[in-house]
Amino acid sequence: MVPSGAGHEPISESSTLHARAMADLRFIRETMASASAFSAFSGWGLILIGGVATACGLVAARQPTRLRWLMAWVAAAGVSAVIGALSTARKTRTARQPLIPGPASKFALSLAPAVVSGALLTGALERAERFDLLPGMWLLLYGAGLVAAGAWSVRVVPVIGATFMGLGAVGLLLPLPWSNWLLIAGFGGLHVAFGVIVGRKHGG
Amino acid sequence: MADPGAARRSRGEAPAPRGQSPRAAGGRGSASLDNLIHHRIRLGIVSALAAVESLTFNEIKALLETTDGNLSVHARKLEEADYVTCTKTFDGRRPRTEYRLTPVGRRELTRYLSHMEALIRATRDTLRR
Repeated sequence: MVPSGAGHEPISESSTLHARAMADLRFIRETMASASAFSAFSGWGLILIGGVATACGLVAARQPTRLRWLMAWVAAAGVSAVIGALSTARKTRTARQPLIPGPASKFALSLAPAVVSGALLTGALERAERFDLLPGMWLLLYGAGLVAAGAWSVRVVPVIGATFMGLGAVGLLLPLPWSNWLLIAGFGGLHVAFGVIVGRKHGG
Repeated sequence: MADPGAARRSRGEAPAPRGQSPRAAGGRGSASLDNLIHHRIRLGIVSALAAVESLTFNEIKALLETTDGNLSVHARKLEEADYVTCTKTFDGRRPRTEYRLTPVGRRELTRYLSHMEALIRATRDTLRR
């Protein structure tokens, strides 16, 4: 113990205590953020998104024009975004994490650039009537977004993203009628499969 | 089997009665540090559980990058002080151990945080003088 009257030593001791306290607070904050990442991603939300994507994909496959096919998938994307936001919000609320900046918002901010890019490119490719490139591009960009956002979530998320990117690469080589089934396999099947894994391993 | 309370007693602390935190049981002043939480692994367990409703043994182990033995010793100490509760169930055939933070544990973590913040404030005041 440093004597209180020993010149600069009390300040030195204070500095050590200060550093230790700062380190402790940083450790608590980081641990809480990491712990919440275990649960912020909703498995049940993914399963629901997969179901919606499968249904919309089947509807899209029956559409007489490419524009109506596109509208069906855009509708699926809108509904899925709402389901994703609501299911994540519900799970975050259940986890009671008011003391930390939400990993859910970090996840959304990391995913957003890829989603916005996808929306802009969809418009551009639709004007150029290159519908055949849309499925591969959607899968690739969504996968890239998930890989980036996975830094804020459970370890399985970047794996999901990489799988989507693989499917996207295949999708770029296929004609539109085939790649519609690839979209159903990706946005439908992969979401359901990984939703089951996340739900079982990460608390719902 | 090792006595989980031995380490605490070796530091001259009496084991707290169940339902009462060591701070309350020991009658230490509000300025003293909660040694039960102060340990890095136990602080990690309590902090992690403060952020979520519950975590399994394996999730905490992965989060804190510790061993089964180490985690189980420290989790037991927190459980004995009623800072956390432990529920053992089966997920199919696999045993599942789930931990939750109790109101006592949440209150003690809040106190610990306040203590750390006070320390930082006091140091800043000292450095300004």
